[in-house]
Amino acid sequence: MHTTLRIRRFNPEHDHPSSYYQEYDLEIDPSDSVLDGLIKIRETIDDSLTLRCSCRGAICGSCGMRINGHATLACKTKMISVASEGGTIQVEPMNNMPVIKDLVTDMAPFWSKIRQIQPWLQPEGRPPTAEYTASPESMSHLSGVMSCIMCGVCVSDCTVLDVDKTFVGPAALAKAYRFVADPRDSATSQRLNFLNQPNGMWDCTRCMECIQVCPKGVGPMDRIMALRAKGLAEKVPATCGSRHAEVFSDIIKHKGILDEPMLAIRTFGLKNIGRLLGMIPMVVQSVLKGKVPLSGPLHRPIPGIHHIQQLFKQVRIKR
Amino acid sequence: MNSSFSYEVLVIGAGLAGMRAALAAHNQGASVAIMTKVHPVRSHSNAAQGGINAALTDRGDHWEDHAFETVKGSDYLGDQDAVEILAQEAGQDIIALEHMGVIFNRSEEGHLGTRRFGGQKRARTFFVSDFTGQALLHVLYEQTLQAKIPVYEEWFATSLVKDDQGRCAGVVAFEIRTGTFALFRAKAVIMATGGLGRVYEPSTNALICTGDGMAVAYRAGAPLMDMEMVQYHPTTLKGKGLLITEAARGEGAYLLNSKGERFMERYAPNMLELASRDVVSRAEQIEINEGRGVKGCVLLDCRHLGRTFLQDRLGQIYAEAKTFANVDLAEEPLPIRPGMHYQMGGIKTDTEGRCWDVQGQWAGVPGLFAAGETACLSLHGGNRLGANSLLDTVVFGRRAGTCAAEYANTISSPTVPDSVIDADNNLVAGIVGRKGPGERAAALRLEMGITMNKHVSVFRDEEGMEAALRHITNLKTRWSDLTIQDKGQVFNTGLIAALELGFMLDCAEAIIVGALTRQESRGAHFRTDFLDRDDEHWLKHVLLYHKPDGPPHVDYLPVRITQWQPQIRVY
Repeated sequence: MHTTLRIRRFNPEHDHPSSYYQEYDLEIDPSDSVLDGLIKIRETIDDSLTLRCSCRGAICGSCGMRINGHATLACKTKMISVASEGGTIQVEPMNNMPVIKDLVTDMAPFWSKIRQIQPWLQPEGRPPTAEYTASPESMSHLSGVMSCIMCGVCVSDCTVLDVDKTFVGPAALAKAYRFVADPRDSATSQRLNFLNQPNGMWDCTRCMECIQVCPKGVGPMDRIMALRAKGLAEKVPATCGSRHAEVFSDIIKHKGILDEPMLAIRTFGLKNIGRLLGMIPMVVQSVLKGKVPLSGPLHRPIPGIHHIQQLFKQVRIKR
Repeated sequence: MNSSFSYEVLVIGAGLAGMRAALAAHNQGASVAIMTKVHPVRSHSNAAQGGINAALTDRGDHWEDHAFETVKGSDYLGDQDAVEILAQEAGQDIIALEHMGVIFNRSEEGHLGTRRFGGQKRARTFFVSDFTGQALLHVLYEQTLQAKIPVYEEWFATSLVKDDQGRCAGVVAFEIRTGTFALFRAKAVIMATGGLGRVYEPSTNALICTGDGMAVAYRAGAPLMDMEMVQYHPTTLKGKGLLITEAARGEGAYLLNSKGERFMERYAPNMLELASRDVVSRAEQIEINEGRGVKGCVLLDCRHLGRTFLQDRLGQIYAEAKTFANVDLAEEPLPIRPGMHYQMGGIKTDTEGRCWDVQGQWAGVPGLFAAGETACLSLHGGNRLGANSLLDTVVFGRRAGTCAAEYANTISSPTVPDSVIDADNNLVAGIVGRKGPGERAAALRLEMGITMNKHVSVFRDEEGMEAALRHITNLKTRWSDLTIQDKGQVFNTGLIAALELGFMLDCAEAIIVGALTRQESRGAHFRTDFLDRDDEHWLKHVLLYHKPDGPPHVDYLPVRITQWQPQIRVY
C-alpha cells in the first residue's frame, strides 16, 4: 500500500531547536507494522530519523510512541489498522516526558516514579530452604501485572499526569499492586500507607485511557482501583481521596443522583475552609453556565431509589 | 571535557547474565557498575519464552539425567565439567530466583510446577506462562534497584582497555545521549552482551543482538570458541523470523507437513517433536526442500490443545500468532520454519567465567570475564537444549560475578592514561564526518545477513561457505567507506548501526572460518560434504584468535569428558 508517515521531529543540536513535522512517502506491505515503516525510512531514506526499537514483537517495550494521537507500540501497530490506501499516519513521541530527539523521550521521570514504590519483593524474615508455597491462582493472577513491559505508553496518555507531574502514575501504581497482591510480600501495610499519600492511588480520575492504550492488557486503572479497595480494607487513614469514594457511594445510595456541593463539603470537611473557599470560582462558573445544583434537603432522592438500594445490597452480599 | 569512572568490577550488558553477575559481585562487597546500550529491561533476555531447566532432587529428579541430556544434546561437544556444574547448581538458582520474587507457575499444592521441553525425557522446565525470560529479567532489575547498583544506561562500549602488562583495565565507551566518550577503569570487566543474531537475516533475535561484546573481547586478544555452532530454532515465523516457543511442542503441539503427516515420526521415532533443536530443524528443512512444505514452511498444529489452555499457558504466542501471522492457534495450524536463534559459541571462558587460562593452556586476557550467550564454556557444545540458556545465564552469571569480585580483591588497580580514549574518539569522528554518497550500514548488514542465512545455515558445504567468506571480506572493505547522514552528537543511531556492523562482520568471519575448519557434521553444524560426526578427529573445540590484518589464527582444545563417552545420538 501507499502511505505517508507524518513524523514529529526534534533535533536538540539545531541552532534554534524546535519541533516540526516531516512527511515521508512509503510503499509498504499493509500487514507491516508502523515500526517496519519507520525502520524502512531510517534504513533507506534518512538515517537521522531517531527512535528506539529492538525486539519487533511487543516484548521489550522500546518503541512506545503516539500514532494518530494515541500512545502505543509501533511494532504492534499494523499499517492497515491506522491508515487506508494513500492515507497519512501521524507519528509523535510519547507525552508526559521530555523529548530528547525525534521519537526518543527521556524516561528518567518514568523510572524515578517506579523506584518510589520500592519495586522489589519484601518478604518477612529469612526465606525457607525450598520455594515459598503459594496458590497457583495467586501466581497466575500476578502474571497479568507482570506482563507489564514498562513501555511508558500508559504514562504518556495519562490525563492526570498531563496536568499534574507529581502524580505517581499508572505504571508505578500497577507495579505497586503486583507486590501488594503477592502473598509472599510482607510490606502490604507500608505500601498502602505510602500510596495513600497525595499524588498516590487516590489521584487517578478513572478516565480509562491507560486501560485503552496498554499494549499488554495490564489494565493499570483496574489495578489502581484494586489498590484502593485493599487500602480501605486495610483501614488506611482517611484522606480526601478515600472520603471522596466513600461519600460518593453514600450519596448515591441515599439519593440515587450526585449531590455535588455536599460531596465537596463532606470530602474536604467543614473545617477545611480553605479548600472549600478555593472551589468558589468553579461554583460561580457553574452558576453562570446555568448549572445550579440543588443540595442538602432540597436534593431529593430520585424515583425508584429502592432499586438502587437493592443493587447496593446485592453487591455487598456478593463481596 | 571527557570524564572517567572507576570501579572494581564493570559489567557490560544488563540482561540476565549481566545483572546476575553484578548482584553476585555486589554481594561479595565489590564496587560494581553495569553498562548497557539499552535500558536493562529492554535486554533480549526478555524474549526467552518457555522456561528454565533444573533437576530438583526433592521432586525425584536427578542432576545426572539433566547433565547427560545436555551432553547428548550438545552432540558430545559440551565440556562435561561445566555441564555438571550447571546441572548441580540449577536447583539453588531456581529457588533463589523464586525468593527474589519470580512468579513461577505452581502446582495445585502451591509448589513450583514444570513442563516438558525438547531433548529431555522428564518435565523439568520451570516457567512463568510463556514469558519466563521477561519475568526473570524484571525481577533481577528490581534486585539491582534494591542493591543500588549504578547502571550506565544507553552507553556504548567501543573497546577494551589493557594495561602495559596486558591485563584488562576497563573499557572505552560513549554516552549515546550526548555522544561523549569516557574511560571506565576497572580491575575486572564482565562481558554479558548477549548474542549476535543480527549477523543473520532473518533471525529471532532483537535488533540489539549484534555481537558487540564478542567482537570487543576478540579484538583485545580473547579467543572465540566453537563459533560455527549456530542454532536454528525449529519454530519461527516467516518474514521477520519472530520466535514461537518450544513450549508449544512441550505442551503437546504437533509438526505437520503439507500431507498432514507428523513427519518427526521418521526422524526421531522416540522423542518426535521434542527431539533436540538441531534434529528438528534439519527434519523440517528436509521436508521443505523435498517439496512437502507449505510455501517454504511446515505447520505447527496447536488446535487440539484448546483455546483456554492456549491462552493460559501459551498466551504470548497465542497473541503473537494473531498479531504477526493472522492465525488463530485454536482454529488453524501456524506456518513456521527453522530460523537463526542462538550462538552456542562465544568468548572462551572457564567454569568461573574467566577469559584466560590460569593453567596457561590457552591464551586470553587476564581480568576479562564473560557470561551468558556471549560466553562459551563450552556448555551447549554443538546444540543447546531449550530452557538451558536461561539457566546458563543465572548459574554462570553468578559464578563469573563472584570470581570477578574475588579476583579484583587480589590485584592492584591497573593504570592506564586517559588518552586511551583518543583512538575510538577519532574513529567515530571519522565515521560521522565522512562525506559523500557512500553506502549505508543497513544495506551492508542486509547483504551480510542474507549471505549468512544462505550459506552458513542448517546445511553447509565448502563451496557455499567459501563464497560467504569472500563476501564478508568484501563487506569489511566497504565498511571502511560507509557514510551516515546524521552528523550530530546526540542519539546518533546511524553511528551506532555503523559500529555494530563492524562488530558483526568480525563475528560473521569467525563463524565462517570456524565452520570451514570443522570438517565433520556435529550438532547444529551439518556439512553436506562431511556427513558424519568424526570423533577421531573432531572431538575438540575450535579456537579463533583475532588478527588485525587477515584471517584469524586457528587453534584447538580437547573436549573435557568426565563420565559420558560419546555414543551414537538417536532421539
